[in-house]
Amino acid sequence: MFLWVIKRDLLLAMRQRADVLTTLFFFVIVVSLFPLGVGPEINMLRAMAPGVVWVAALLASMLSLERMFFSDYLDGTLEQMLLSPQPLSLLVLGKALAHWLVTGVPLALIAPILGVQFDLPIDALLVLTASLLLGTPVLSLIGAIGAALTLGLRGGGVLVSLLVLPLYIPVLIFGAGAVEAISVGLGASAHLSLLGAFLLLSLVFAPWAAAAALRISLE
Amino acid sequence: MLKVTNLECVRGENSLFKDINFTLEAGELLQVNGPNGSGKTSLLRILCGLAKPAYGEIQWCGNSIRSLDEEYHSVITYLGHLNGVKDNLTAIENLSISCALAGNEIDENKAYGALQYMGLGGREVLPVKVLSQGQRRRVTLARLLVCSTVLWILDEPLVALDSTAVDLVQRLLEQHLDQGGMVVMTTHQDIKVTAVLTKRLQLV
Repeated sequence: MFLWVIKRDLLLAMRQRADVLTTLFFFVIVVSLFPLGVGPEINMLRAMAPGVVWVAALLASMLSLERMFFSDYLDGTLEQMLLSPQPLSLLVLGKALAHWLVTGVPLALIAPILGVQFDLPIDALLVLTASLLLGTPVLSLIGAIGAALTLGLRGGGVLVSLLVLPLYIPVLIFGAGAVEAISVGLGASAHLSLLGAFLLLSLVFAPWAAAAALRISLE
Repeated sequence: MLKVTNLECVRGENSLFKDINFTLEAGELLQVNGPNGSGKTSLLRILCGLAKPAYGEIQWCGNSIRSLDEEYHSVITYLGHLNGVKDNLTAIENLSISCALAGNEIDENKAYGALQYMGLGGREVLPVKVLSQGQRRRVTLARLLVCSTVLWILDEPLVALDSTAVDLVQRLLEQHLDQGGMVVMTTHQDIKVTAVLTKRLQLV
């Protein structure tokens, strides 16, 4: 059942590849704009790289949030999911996981290539990827709550960013912090452990909260 | 079985309906009639647990559906206004996925059989977005053929269907009622379904 949701959402993403690619290109373009705008001052680029990549990842992940439930809401498949004999939170977890697989994973994989533009050393690039791999599922899970709460509201897209972006701040701080820490030789394990803790916490609470929000939105 | 007591639904300031009472036993059909805006869809959504009533209770086999929750979902099939099919998936994918999500995994042969029965033979692997309204409705209704639930809650199941499909659905309902199933439905069309007992509920 849980696997069916993931399979279904991945299949749909495959059929609408444009949606997935827009998110990815958005990320690539936003990150690439900074070196062009700031100029070739290598020390400055290196210092701002983690923050820039992470902020772009937040925005890209948020950009695709609305899709998580909205099209299912419009064509009635969401109300069928609510009537499923399986716990709704499990279903939401499946959808958030599928969202992460089609947005978070590609972002994390392409980030090291973009990091080269900022002249990041190899170990920093590795930590950047690791922090994105740990952090982006948290973004999808927290985003699921926001997407569920704003379902069917007019201007839901803007509202979801106002709701969700403040909640992304801890992930941003420790994600970007991990890369900064490794750059100055402190070691990133503390930051990465904290990101892992956020992930565990959101795995437990976010599906449950998003399920409750969906029930309210569909009533 | 299904027992509804003193059900009331409020939308904004207005009470759509109140004091709705009925029971439904095995083999019985309840037809909900009423003009547009009288609360037929709201009633069905309350019956399947998607919406909460302002007042009153719904019991399934003596237990409130609120307390049964997911257990209740495993005995009902609800087909609403919206078809609940994804435009970008094929008919066969739509059917197998919606059945799997309803906790009833079916094999491919069974799914093909159901679509064929609904007159969609040869169109199983087309994306649903290229099908007509009536054909989409048939994809939705094909779920009734393969599900094993007792209570069917159908909101205007005959919309967009041609007369052959209407006959198909009538036969399907009769078969279901014959096997001890229950049906609650709304429709504006005349439909002749022989049931142990056909109850009518008029909303004003």
